[in-house]
Formats: sequence, C-alpha cells, structure tokens
Amino acid sequence: MVDAGIPASDAFPRPDLATTERRGVRVLLIAIAVAFLLFFLLLPLVTVFVEAFRYGVGVYFAGLSDGDTLASIKLTLVVAAVSVPANLVFGLAASWAIAKFEFKGKSVLTTLIDLPFSVSPVTSGLIYVLLFGAQGYFGPWLEVHHVHIIFAVPGIVLATVFVTFPFVARELIPLMQEQGTREEEAAVSLGAGGVTTFLRITLPNVKWALLYGVLLCNARAMGEFGAVSVVSGHIRGLTDTMPLQIEILYNDYSYSAAFAVASLLALLALVTLAVKTLLEWRFAGEIAAQRRH
Amino acid sequence: MSRSLATTFVKPSVIPGFGLALGFTLTYLSLIVLFPLATLVLKTTSLGWADFWKIALDPRTLAALRISFGISLLAAAINAVFGLIVTWVLVRYEFPGRKLLDAFIDLPFALPTAVAGIALTAIYAPKGWVGKFLAPLGIKIAYTPLGILIALVFIGLPFIVRTLQPVLEDLDREVEEASATLGAHRLQTILWVVMPALIPPLLTGFALALARAVGEYGSVVFIAGNIPYVSEIAPLLIIIRLQEFNYAGATAIATIMLAISFVLLLAINLLQTWTRRRLGNG
Repeated sequence: MVDAGIPASDAFPRPDLATTERRGVRVLLIAIAVAFLLFFLLLPLVTVFVEAFRYGVGVYFAGLSDGDTLASIKLTLVVAAVSVPANLVFGLAASWAIAKFEFKGKSVLTTLIDLPFSVSPVTSGLIYVLLFGAQGYFGPWLEVHHVHIIFAVPGIVLATVFVTFPFVARELIPLMQEQGTREEEAAVSLGAGGVTTFLRITLPNVKWALLYGVLLCNARAMGEFGAVSVVSGHIRGLTDTMPLQIEILYNDYSYSAAFAVASLLALLALVTLAVKTLLEWRFAGEIAAQRRH
Repeated sequence: MSRSLATTFVKPSVIPGFGLALGFTLTYLSLIVLFPLATLVLKTTSLGWADFWKIALDPRTLAALRISFGISLLAAAINAVFGLIVTWVLVRYEFPGRKLLDAFIDLPFALPTAVAGIALTAIYAPKGWVGKFLAPLGIKIAYTPLGILIALVFIGLPFIVRTLQPVLEDLDREVEEASATLGAHRLQTILWVVMPALIPPLLTGFALALARAVGEYGSVVFIAGNIPYVSEIAPLLIIIRLQEFNYAGATAIATIMLAISFVLLLAINLLQTWTRRRLGNG
C-alpha cells in the first residue's frame, strides 16, 4: 500500500528495500505483533502470578497446603507418572516401526495416531463413560466384579493417556524419517543386535526431540481438564486433579487459592517452554544436522 | 505366515524388531484409541434415525453448535491475520526481545486450559484488569460470546505461527530480489511472489486452530458465562447431557461435532490442494 503509485524506477532509492519493507512499515508491523503477543499471551500469564500472590506469600502457601489441594497435587503426579511412560513406550515403538520400515498402510497408521488431537477433550472423556460408565457397555459387568473405572483413578488415567497419546510419537516420527535407516543398517551389518542398535544409534540421534515430546506430553497430562472432568466425578480429595481443584476453588470464590494452584501449573508450563527454548538455542546446529536440511 | 506373504506387506530390511514394534503399536492404538472411539459410532447407530435427528435438531443443540463453530471460525480468521503478521516479524525483522517472544508463542500449548480460563476471566470480568476500563464504555467481554472469542484466539495462535514459520524461513530471498529487479514494487512482490507460497501453510494452520477451537472446553467455560442459546458451547452441552445421564444426547452431539469438523477439515484440505496446484508451488 505504501509503495502504490510510485514508478518502478524510483521505487528503490536504497537497494536493500528490494527484499524488505520500508522502515515505517517495519516498525508498525513489529509494534502490532509485539502488542498482540503481550496482550494475548503475556498478560494472562502475568495475571496468574499476580492474582496468586495478591494477598501475600502467607495466603499463597495457606491456599496450597489445604488437604484437598495436596491430594489433588498427589493425584496429578500419579496420573502423569502412569500416562507419560505409557505414551513414551508407545511413541518409541510407533516411530521405530513407521520410520525405519516400509510397509503397506503406513500413512493410514500415521493419521490414526494423530486422531486424538482432532477429538474434543470432552468427547475423549465421553467415550470412556460409554464403555465403562454405569450405563456403559461394560458397566454392569464391572459393577458385579466391583471394579471402578469411571469416577475413579483408572478412568482419569485412561482419559489422560488418550488425550496425550500422539505427543511423543509426533515429535519422533518426522525426525526419524528424515534420519533414514543407513546408520542402523551399518550397525546391524557390523554385528550389533537390535537392542544395541536401538540404544546406541537410534536413541542418541533423537534424544532432544524425545525429551521435548515427553515434556509436552507431561505438561498436557498434568494440565488436562475437559477429558478428566468428564470421567472424574469430582469427588473432593479423591478424584480431583489439579485443574479440577482449580475449578472447585474458583467456583467457591477462593480466588487466591485457585490462582495459587494455577501458578504451579503455569510454572510447569514455563519450565517446559524454557527447556524447549534452551534445547533449540544450544543444539540448533546439531538439530539442523540431524534433520539434514 | 509364509515368507512371501510377509514380504509383500513389508519391504525386507536388515533392521530387526519390526514385528514387535508394529504389533505393540497396533495393539496399544486399538485399545486406547480405536476401540473406545468405535463405541461412539456404535452408540450413535443404536439410537436410530428418528431419535438422532430429534437431538440434532433440538434448538439448544443447534444454538450450541452454531456458537461453537461460528466463534471458532472467527477466532481462526483473526489468528490467521495476526499470526501472519507475528510470523513475518519474527522471521524477517531483528529487534530486541525477538527470541524471547518467539519462545512464548508456544505458551498456549503448554499452559493448562483451566489456568488460561481463570486468568482470562480475571482480566476481562467487569471488575477485572481490562474489563474495568471497558465496563464504563458499555463493553462486556467476560460472560458473553466475546469472551469465548478471546479464549479461542488465545489457544489458536501457535497453530498458525508454528505452521507458517518453517515455510517462511525456507523461502528463497533471491526470488524476491528477482521480482524487484524485474520492476515489481515491494507490495506487488509480497502479494504475487511471497503470499502464494504462504497460503497453503496458512490454510493448514487455520484448519488446526479451527479443529482445536471447536473442541476446546477448559479455557472457555470460565469466561463464557454459559448461558443456553447465547454463550453455551457444544462441548459444555455434552457435559450437561452426561450429568443428566442422557448418554444418547451426549453421544449424538459429540458425533455431530466430529462429523462437521471432518467436513470442514476435508474442505480446507481440498482448498489447500487446489491453491497449491493453482499457484504452482511444490
């Protein structure tokens, strides 16, 4: 718009303007982008910590040391401790099969792995209620055998595993596909076994992507709200994870306590982002080399 | 299984472990994802057409779907515009704090939705940080559809930026130089040389942001006010039906949501294929 109407011969008093915008346009675009990010991303993050510490450190820790809140923190750690390793093992197996071998139906399999991302978290919880709920397909059988899945910890774990299912696999598959199979083939032809090849060749090649995938998976596992909300039953002190405890405290008008719990999860998010960023800065060259750009 | 049958399925390789890895992958995928999702289809088909349409055409269901898809489309469109500007600035310009801002783009991926939900409500509530300045002007954001829009813009932004960024980084600057050498001014170069390469990833990002926004629950319920017919989203209506032990109602709404999302994503996919062919970049 700025350049409109200027004859081509006069358009570039300075040659560098050929591949960038005028200074005024640049400053304007930077201002728009920075304002948008500060307002939409940074303001909510700052709000969490300001609201959490609004009435001082004493109130903050009092909010966190409530019995139900401590129970919710413990449950969240348990859920993550089960679901993250499960999806880690799956991610390694899936990426090994998909990236190191050529077989029929591979693209279908890759699409199916991404399926949980296109399902609403609420629907993710719903499907387990349909299976294991009191009126679900297996409900009567579970009732007879006194097995509790819905409104109990197993249901929360299942819903969390579903929601965080693709994270590790998704980070690993594209990277391992780009790396190809030559190094593994060389190792095997020199006499290394499958386990040795995997541990000494494949794993070191993908370790940073693996770490980032696990971190994202963990952040989502600890922070999942919609799916867990459907299957939890909201039994205080028993089936409430941290995000559900935030909701309860917030609806009880215990704002400081709600934001205190929220600040812990926000801190986890910040650590996740920090590690990711450090990995990118520190290993930018190495990652680029692995991706063979 | 005979050797010949096995080799038609998988290309022979000296690397071991294919059977174990694929077997585990398929078993785990079926147990956790495919089998549970199939119950959704099974339950829906057991409803019968008459019951299904009764739930689908219920005014409250229709209103919730309209709100969910309408506001999600709007949020994805806003993100497409600002996401393009943000990506452009992050990739092309040097300024202090650029790397830090770049790192913060992923915040909505990492921040739990319930945390975002209460933070956004604290900001935009009538007595909140921003809300108190807007209240005297008669503008209400929290507890209105506008609040839903704000939450969906927040969670959708990284999808656009992270899809556009690698494409813009890999774009050959020499093409722009050539365009300038041939007499195009900067705006012409951007519109006719740069943008055609950015439209396919922009559409992908739009589709991802849309898909995420339609299903979003945690960040929306706190700020939406959840008034039926006004600011009640479809995922919330599923939960309400479940709390009424109306499994059929909840299932039907979930299935309709999935079907509409699928059609929308398919349409965007086709549009993307068409633009890629039309604009002729690989």
